[in-house]
This record gives sequence, C-alpha cells and structure tokens, in this order.
Amino acid sequence: MKVKLSFLALLAVALIVLFLFIHLGPNWDYALPRRLKKVLAIAITGGAIAYATLIFQTITNNRILTPSVIGLDSLYMLIQTFVIYVFGSMSLPSTNKQLNFFITVGLMIAFVGVLYKLLFKREGRNLYFLLLIGLVLGTLFGSMSTFMQVLIDPNEFLIVQGRMFASFNNVNTDLLVISIIIIALVAAYSTRLGKYLDVMSLGKEHAVNLGIPYDYIVKRMLVIVAILIAVSTALVGPITFLGLLVVNVAYQFMRTYRHSILIPGAILISIIALVGGQLIVERVFAFETTVSVIINFIGGAYFLYLLLREKKA
Amino acid sequence: MIEVRNVSKAYGGKPVIEEVSVGIKKGKITSFIGPNGAGKSTLLSMISRLLTKDSGQVLIEGKELSDWKSKDLAKKISILKQSNHINLRLTVRELVSFGRFPYSQGKLTKEDWEQVDEAIAYMDLVDLQGKYLDELSGGQNQRAFIAMVIAQNTEYILLDEPLNNLDMKHSVQIMKVLRRLVEELGKTVILVIHDINFASCYSDYIVALKNGKIVKEGSTETIIDSAILKEIYDMDIPIEIINGNRIGIYFS
Amino acid sequence: MKLWYLLVVLIVLSITSLFIGVKDISPLDLFSLTEAQQQVLMISRFPRLISIILAGFGMSITGLIMQQLSRNKFVSPTTGGTDDSARLGILVALMVFPSASTIEKMLLAFAFALAGTFLFMKILDRIKFKDTIFIPLVGLMFGNVISSVTTFFAYKNDLIQNISSWLQGSFSLVMSGRYELLYVSIPLLVLAYLYANKFTIAGLGQEFSANLGMNHKLVVNIGLVIVALVSVVVILTVGTLPFLGLIIPNIVTLYMGDNLKKNLAHTAVVGAIFVLVCDIIGRLIIFPYEIPIGLTIGVIGSVIFLYLLMRRKAYEG
Repeated sequence: MKVKLSFLALLAVALIVLFLFIHLGPNWDYALPRRLKKVLAIAITGGAIAYATLIFQTITNNRILTPSVIGLDSLYMLIQTFVIYVFGSMSLPSTNKQLNFFITVGLMIAFVGVLYKLLFKREGRNLYFLLLIGLVLGTLFGSMSTFMQVLIDPNEFLIVQGRMFASFNNVNTDLLVISIIIIALVAAYSTRLGKYLDVMSLGKEHAVNLGIPYDYIVKRMLVIVAILIAVSTALVGPITFLGLLVVNVAYQFMRTYRHSILIPGAILISIIALVGGQLIVERVFAFETTVSVIINFIGGAYFLYLLLREKKA
Repeated sequence: MIEVRNVSKAYGGKPVIEEVSVGIKKGKITSFIGPNGAGKSTLLSMISRLLTKDSGQVLIEGKELSDWKSKDLAKKISILKQSNHINLRLTVRELVSFGRFPYSQGKLTKEDWEQVDEAIAYMDLVDLQGKYLDELSGGQNQRAFIAMVIAQNTEYILLDEPLNNLDMKHSVQIMKVLRRLVEELGKTVILVIHDINFASCYSDYIVALKNGKIVKEGSTETIIDSAILKEIYDMDIPIEIINGNRIGIYFS
Repeated sequence: MKLWYLLVVLIVLSITSLFIGVKDISPLDLFSLTEAQQQVLMISRFPRLISIILAGFGMSITGLIMQQLSRNKFVSPTTGGTDDSARLGILVALMVFPSASTIEKMLLAFAFALAGTFLFMKILDRIKFKDTIFIPLVGLMFGNVISSVTTFFAYKNDLIQNISSWLQGSFSLVMSGRYELLYVSIPLLVLAYLYANKFTIAGLGQEFSANLGMNHKLVVNIGLVIVALVSVVVILTVGTLPFLGLIIPNIVTLYMGDNLKKNLAHTAVVGAIFVLVCDIIGRLIIFPYEIPIGLTIGVIGSVIFLYLLMRRKAYEG
C-alpha cells in the first residue's frame, strides 16, 4: 500500500513539475506564478471532488453514484444562465467574480439544506429517494436553463457556454485563497468522522449494530459533501464525472476498503488526471477543448463500463 | 434483561406490531415463531434499534433504548439480519475484526485481535480466515457473519432467521454453536426462526406472534403443543417425543 | 372515470386550442372565415392540434411500454436514456451529414435511440440491485453520460446553442409541411395496442415468457423499436417532452389499476389532454408570446413526478 501511494505521489509531483516548467521561456517571472496558481486550483478542486465523491459513495453504499446527482451542477448552470439572461453579461453579478462566487455557493448550499430538511424530516427515508428527488430537480433546472439559453443572444451565450465547462485558466486569486480556506476547514472538521467511514461502508444495519450514530453521521457527511462540491464548482465550473472516475480507479488500483488509504489515493489520482489532462489539453490540443469536457467524456464512458460489468446476480 | 412494553409499529397506516409486551430472560435462548407477516422480524429490529418504534418502550437493563448511547449499546447487544450482502471485498478475518469497532473505534489493540481470533476459532473458520467473502458458500458466509457478532462480545445476541438458505448440516451446526454460546459464555440469544422443530430442540423459551400480536409465550414444552400450534398456524400438528425432544409432524 | 368522459374533455380542449393564438379567430367566425383566417387554421392551428394529440398519445404510450418491459413504474424515455440518445443521434446527423434530409436525420436518430434504449435494458438486466428508486437513478445518470458525449462533440463544433434549441420541446414551429413525420407514429401505436398483453408477459422475464410459449426476445425488441421510433419522431418534430411518458401512465394506474390492455386507451387520451392543457397554459400565460411546451411540461411534469414518488413512499413506509 505504502509503495502504491508513494508511486502516485511521485507521479503527481513529476506531472506538476513538468506542467510548471515545460516550455517556460524567457518570461518565466510572469508565466511561473500563473502556472503555480493554476496547479493550485487543480489540486484543491481535484482533491475536494475526489474526497467528496469517496465519502458520498461510502454513505450511499454504492460505487456508481456521484454527488452531482443531487442536482448541484444543474443548479450552478441555472444560476449562471439566469444571471446573464436577466442582468446581462456586463452586469455586476456576472463580472464581479467574488459576488458571483458567494451568490452561487450560498444558493447551492441553501438548496441542499432545503432538500435535506425536507427529506430528513421523516426518519427512515431511503437515501436513494433523496438522490432521485435531487436528480429530478436537476432535470427541472436543466430545462429552465435550456429555455433561457435558447433566448439569449448568441454573443452572450458564448459567455454562458464558457461557464458550462470547468476551466482552470482564469481562476481569481482571492477566490482561490477563500476556497482553499473553506475546503481546508471542512476537511479538517470531517477528519473527526473519518474513523466511521470503514464501518459505514458495511451498510446501514451493520453500522448501527456496531454502535455508529448512523443518521447523525450521514447528515454531517452529506453537508460536508455539498460544501466541497459547491465550492469547487463555483470556483472552476462543473466537472460532473471526475469524482466517479477517480474514486473507482482508486478502488481498482489500491485494492482495499480502508479509507485511510483510499482517501489519499483518490486525491492523488484526481490531481494526476487533472494535471495530466491539462497538459494534454494545452500541449496536444492547444486549448481547443477544455479538460472538463474530456474528463466528462472519459468518466462517462467509464461509468457505462462499470454498469455493464456488473455481473448477473 | 430486555423488557418490551406496549411497542407498536405501523407502515403507512397499516399496523405491523400492536401493543406488544414481552420480557426476555437472561442466559437463555428465546425463539420468535409465527406465520409469515406476523411481525417477528419487525419486533426484533425494534428491539435492536435498527427500526424506530412508533410507541412503547424497550428497556435494556432497565434503561430505555433511546437513552442509551449507540456506542455503549453496541457493547451490550448485537443484531444480525438475514440478508448480509456487503459491497466490499473483505476477507473473513477483516470482516470479523469489524466486530471490535465498538471497543476500539477502528484502532484494534492486541487484545482486540485475540478476541477476533477466538471468534474465528469458535466458528471453525481458521482455515478460511484469509478467504474473501465472495469466495465462500452461503453457509460459510453465514458463519463468518456470526463470528463477527461473537467478536462483538455482547451479552445479548439477536439473529433474524439465521438458518435461512442453509442445509440441514449447517443449520444444526449453527444451532449448536448458539447453544454453546449460552451455556459456556452465558450469552442471551434471541432469534427469529421458521422451523418449529429447530425452535423446539434448541430454545428454552418461545414467543409466538400472529398478526402483530403475541398469541402465546412460554417455555418450549408448553408452546410445542398441538392445541397451541393450531391456534398459531391454523393447522393440526401432532407432537411426538423423539429422543426427549418434542417434534411437530407438520408435513401432512 | 369512463373513457367517454375523457374523450369529451379532449374534444372540448381541442376546440379551445384551435381558437387560441395571436391571430384572433373566434368560433363565431367559423362560417364566415376570411381567407387569412382560413390559412392560419389550415397551416398552423390544425397541424399544431394534431401534433399535440399525436405527441401526447405517443409519449405516454411509449412510457407505458417501457414500464411494462422493465417492470418499474419509474422508467420512461426520459429516465431510460432514450431521449438523450436520440439527441446524440441528431447531433451526429447535424455534424456528419449537414445536408441530410429530415428522413435521413430521423433514421440516424432512431438508430441511436434504439441503441441507447437497448443498452439501458441491458444494464437493467445486469444490475444486481433492483431497487425501484435506484433504477430510474441509474437511467437518469445514464442519460447524463450520453448528453455529456453530446456536449463533447457539440462543443468542438460550436453547436451547443443549436442543440439546446432541439432539446427544447415547442409547438410554435409546428405548421403544415413540418409535422407530417408524426404520422409515422400512428401505425406504431396500433402495433403497440395489438402487442399490449405480450409486453406485460415479457416484463415478467425470459423464463416466464418461455413457459407461456412466447418469443421473449422478439416481443422485447418490438417494444423497444416502437419506443425508440416514436420518441425520435416526437423529438424531431416537437422536441423533448420530459417526464410525459413517466407521469401519465402512473396517473392512469392510480385510478384504473394495472391492466395494460384496458389502460392503453386511457393512457393515450390522458396524455393528449395533459399536453393540450400544458400547451394552452404556455400560450396564455405571457400572451401574445408563448412559453415552450418543453418548459411547461418539464415544470409541471417534475412536480407531479415528485408527488408520485412521495406518495409511493408514504405507502411503503
């Protein structure tokens, strides 16, 4: 295990170094800080998404789910489309990145809060039920966004389209710092619950039998997941299938059920995928497409593979 | 001592358990029997806090279930449900080690591992302990889960149809282990069981449920009786005494 | 509720629908129509009415078939990947054969929709965990995956806004010359009616059907072909009508029970009534503009779907 983790860490570092110094050129004092910022954004969002997805899969006891099914990605798109449709691309909520960030994160967390409140009011709800409701709401948000997108002037639409896909190229420095602080705080808080994760993966009944305050933990964990996903989405944009991809690769590669190993593994794999992806995007495709589009594509295909691989019972 | 007082549970307005009260004696095997849909498993789940009750009380050592800290309760009472599909790839030994979680919160001490080894030996799983659960047969799987419960080392052990899907040999093997747990280690075992003859041969006390209510309870000798079984199952079951056990002949 | 009453409601609504629109035509004008009024009726209003009714019939029946085949009340073209696959097909048609005729586009989209639905059924077959709630969850995620593929190609070709307008169901562009494709669905719906009982049996599984001496594969395939073809025809002419195939059969079962043969006609008529009502609402709310039907149905449909879900849980605890 240690060997595998060190291997991943080395690979991640190597890719980061390559990313920072390849074709650096004479203007390194300008380019290097920019690249550093980009790598930092990748590491923080990649890490947050991998961590959130792993926890999410553990509490839902299912390896083919990803937290974006609760409708956060669609809500993000709805907010962005709405702002541009109603106020225009030159308005304050659209141009002021800080304002936009806080509105988005605030609304997303409020949404999840309402969703949880509604569904945990009656105990004993099936967790999948919550997810399905979220997903249906996501579809609803989606059709509302589509409605506005069709009406938007094509030039303005380009701005909406730019926000449909995660991009690490123009991350605002202040927001990066804020995001790092939020994510670090949430992650630090969640370590208190970390010891329960292995047992939670046995399923609800075994977990309760072994004395875990199941509902309490699930609620806390879901809130943590929502915050992590909301912050990383608001920072760079939606990368729906990244988590699904890296967590499953982590399971395959690490071959263990222990979260103390899976968590760092998944985070490292996520960073490797994103930095590697970004390198390919910049050096091979020369910016023609964005990493998130590629990751979604690969992640989605992998998801189908996972579904079809499940053998008949 | 576990005491159930006026416990009720309804699903969508339909009562499954109505005002049930029952006391469970320490150091004995108590079997819940009754026809399908009688509410046996529901009652067992409520006693073990897997299901919340709509009303009534469950007292464990005189303290209401909801006043216990879940962590402390896990050292007092353990439950094993009948379907135990786990999504993880675990070895038998890893699974059994989860039973020590209430004591060690995941960081197992040397003493914890000793308990794990004992539980594995108790269930005769030493040769299989390195195997993955998905490589085992149904009976071996069931033994592994029971070993986990034994490692949990609780005073009360609740089992929901532990013989489900097992052949005769493995059924007898498991019932014998439960008997040993009671006699050698002084545990209290409560189980839901379908076969009245297994209940008759191995339990001390029987509680019969029907339509969400207790119709009869008492020592095994009093319950395994043609007139009483008629009331529970609506069928004529003559009783024969074979090797000192009361056996119901219900096949014809 | 008798089918008879439903038909009366449908007819009343249909007549209402004919007389709503920017161009003012009242029932009193019927016998003294001006040339212009006649034209509006023939070119726009009638085609619109017919396409609404056909789309309502088509989508609700395909939903019913999918639910029978998968034996899950929450499966439909929206929650089974059919809609998304058809859209991917349309995109491929736009990209690879920009000059293709509508029929060619339809065939390509049909191939994709069929493959997608088939794949979904395959997944259902393989999945171990058959929770009623989990299956539509898988279906919707499957749909998301397919649309991420669509996005991938659309992004590379700057077709995203274009695709979005395909995605949006709307009757406002329906006029004579652009909706006739929908007639393709009529023979398919007749076929569905003839096969109704067989779909129910097929839903019970391969072994069960074989036991009753039925060719399971054939029946399932016929069902899937009907589903895919009708969905594609509706998407191409009208656009996506999300959740329609999901909620209508469920509403009908609420008061009719589960007998497919008996329900089929009810489902079709209720579907048409529902689409008509949504369309009329969409046309009146911001008159003289209109809200596209995709949005109205999306909003009303998802609310009803949520209600159905909640209701189910209330029963099962």
